[in-house]
Amino acid sequence: MVGLHKSDFKNPVVRWIDERLPIPSLLQKEYAQFPTPKNFNYFWNFGALAMVCLVVMIVTGIFLAMHYTPHTAHAFDSVERIMRDVNYGWLIRYIHMNGASMFFIVVYIHIFRGLYYGSYKAPRELLWILGVVILLLMMATAFMGYVLPWGQMSFWGATVITNLFSAIPVVGDDIVVWLWGGFSVDNPTLNRFFSLHYLLPFLIVGVVFLHVVALHITGSNNPLGIEPKGPQDTIPFHPYYTIKDSFGLVVFLIVFAFFVFFAPNYLGHPDNYIEANPLVTPAHIVPEWYFLPFYAILRAVPDKLGGVVLMFGSIFVLFVLPWLDTSPVRSMKFRPLARPFFWVFVLSCLLLGYCGAMPPEGIWVVLSRVGTAYYFLYFLVILPVLGKLERPLPLPVSISERVLGGGPVPAAAAAKPMEKA
Amino acid sequence: MRRLRLVALAASLLLAAPAARAAGEAPKPPPQDWSFGGLFGTFDRASAQRGFLVYKQVCAGCHAMKQLAYRNLEGIGLSQAEIRAIAAEYMIMDGPNDDGEMFERPGRPSDRFRSPFPNVQAARAANNGAYPVDLSLIIKARPDGANYIHALLTGYRDEPPAGVEPMEGMHYNAYFPGHWIAMARPLHDDQVEYPDGTPATTEQMARDVTTFLAWAAEPELEQRRAMGVRVILFLIVLAGLTYGVKRKIWAELKH
Ligand code: HEC
Ligand code: HEM
Repeated sequence: MVGLHKSDFKNPVVRWIDERLPIPSLLQKEYAQFPTPKNFNYFWNFGALAMVCLVVMIVTGIFLAMHYTPHTAHAFDSVERIMRDVNYGWLIRYIHMNGASMFFIVVYIHIFRGLYYGSYKAPRELLWILGVVILLLMMATAFMGYVLPWGQMSFWGATVITNLFSAIPVVGDDIVVWLWGGFSVDNPTLNRFFSLHYLLPFLIVGVVFLHVVALHITGSNNPLGIEPKGPQDTIPFHPYYTIKDSFGLVVFLIVFAFFVFFAPNYLGHPDNYIEANPLVTPAHIVPEWYFLPFYAILRAVPDKLGGVVLMFGSIFVLFVLPWLDTSPVRSMKFRPLARPFFWVFVLSCLLLGYCGAMPPEGIWVVLSRVGTAYYFLYFLVILPVLGKLERPLPLPVSISERVLGGGPVPAAAAAKPMEKA
Repeated sequence: MRRLRLVALAASLLLAAPAARAAGEAPKPPPQDWSFGGLFGTFDRASAQRGFLVYKQVCAGCHAMKQLAYRNLEGIGLSQAEIRAIAAEYMIMDGPNDDGEMFERPGRPSDRFRSPFPNVQAARAANNGAYPVDLSLIIKARPDGANYIHALLTGYRDEPPAGVEPMEGMHYNAYFPGHWIAMARPLHDDQVEYPDGTPATTEQMARDVTTFLAWAAEPELEQRRAMGVRVILFLIVLAGLTYGVKRKIWAELKH
């Protein structure tokens, strides 16, 4: 039959569909047979977890939007109606609230996984760049979402962050007025933030789709950072990684459920249970925990424009990371010189997060500056230079050899030069 | 007064002066043993009902609780009849009727708690310019909420400590940030008469009203925790099963 897709499915209904719209074949190829390195550790769960988080956020968000009122006079009360009068409204809201935090934890671990195992290096540069785009979109979405309940931190956080744009020379003030839709954060601001908060997650879905397509072109990296040399190095995604991801997912859900049911406000700020009041400034304006490192970078610089540039720069540097890191070896496992610098980098990020929660005075300013300096040094100096200087450990011949301690390696694969891992 | 404090606060914030923090510093409220504390606590119904009485007879003179309706009181164990009687004590503004007139009628269980003042300005005017905040969410709206409110209500001192200048129209409180609060000491021994015979000491009333406010802020707390226990137990069993299946599937791979 010319024009019909050749289907291998036995079930007549699936087969009929598959011949006309070969999505079952596609899924079979990309999710069931998809050859995957056999040596993933549990850090490779976090991409799938991020995907689950995204779905959870969209589903709970849609139900919240059914009861939420985007108006400065009603937003705060409408959220309380959800908490008190909507059936299981408190559950939906607490899942959405804590879900944002879980999403960021998961994605941060996912990113540090990539940094440690060199997943950003050729040929996965574009995959990595799409990931950074996702991160930026997530941040915008979370920032605008936090404004919606219209508590004190919503309002003042929005005021502080939108005001950053006034640092842009010449047009800054006009841009801020344009963002606000007025002369302060007010009803027009709330309305557009709601509209965009509803829109951006669907853009994220789109970029995640591209991210996954790119992943399926290059195939996954793995803890050894060397490419699979043949079929003996890979296993089909299903059932091996579907079951491993399922186990990871259930463990993750336990952590998630603990926060939702037993500490739903632990990660939040009490001031957001006070309705927004433009006349009363909270003693300390702090963003959500996942923005704290960036907030610390912002405040580490005495000059407003400089702070804004460095804060955005801290993310943009990730875009060019594949070309900053000059080492051909991916996994830090084989880079004994680079490894301690990596862990200091992790510490500097944690330090920045801590400083972001502290008032910008005394020792905290100094520590923020140290953390900021190291953050940029790591990407702009240490990684480029180390790649030239260090002598990496010898790489294993293949994944199988390393995993099974020998085992059959086809001559062709073993003979391949080791040049680029 | 409040406005003055705000201006001072905003000014010190702008200067990022350490003074702002020093002024805002208050001692950590002493931790109390709450019926609803811990991971599995539940509200002591009798205490919450006494606390409602304190709110109704004392705090409601100044503080609104607009997120609550009389019908919600079922949550602390009041009967339908009791709730109808409580609601009927208040005259609620309703309307307009068919003649276009607003009119007052006795409250119903579905009405929200009647606010003591029609608007913020009226509330300030009656309180020397200070605003008595809505108490519906106060426990969630302050760090360490329950301990703080309890400490605040029992933390009034007749005289400020030696060396601290008295402030006209303000009251010294050991736990209020900045110490000078516009609210006069609201609780005095035997101010209310508890129907269950519990002695109405300041400490007892503070404890009861805090329990009531904690329930008001999180009426879903008991249901949430009960559901959480079941969800997490289920997930732990599921994790065990999933791990077993994972082991079994991967075991076949090794050879
Ligand atoms: C005579 C009016 C009045 C009564 C009665 C009253 N309050 Fe207040 N309350 C105020 C005012 C005015 C403020 C604002 C104080 C300020 O900002 O300095 C206030 C503030 C508060 C605060 C906020 C403190 C903070 O951290 O900002 C709490 C909590 C509070 N009152 C609880 C109560 C409770 C509980 C009762 C009943 C036992 C009560 N009040 C009775 C007038 C009153
Ligand atoms: C909504 C957020 C995201 C989702 C849903 C998502 C999803 C996924 C999935 C399912 C995988 C494959 C499984 C895995 O390797 O863990 C993956 C791989 C990858 N992701 Fe993401 N991701 C997200 C965000 C990011 C971000 C922010 C970055 C980096 C800045 C990133 C970088 C990568 C890289 C480099 C890979 C390939 C890793 C490898 O195979 O070693 N991702 N992503």
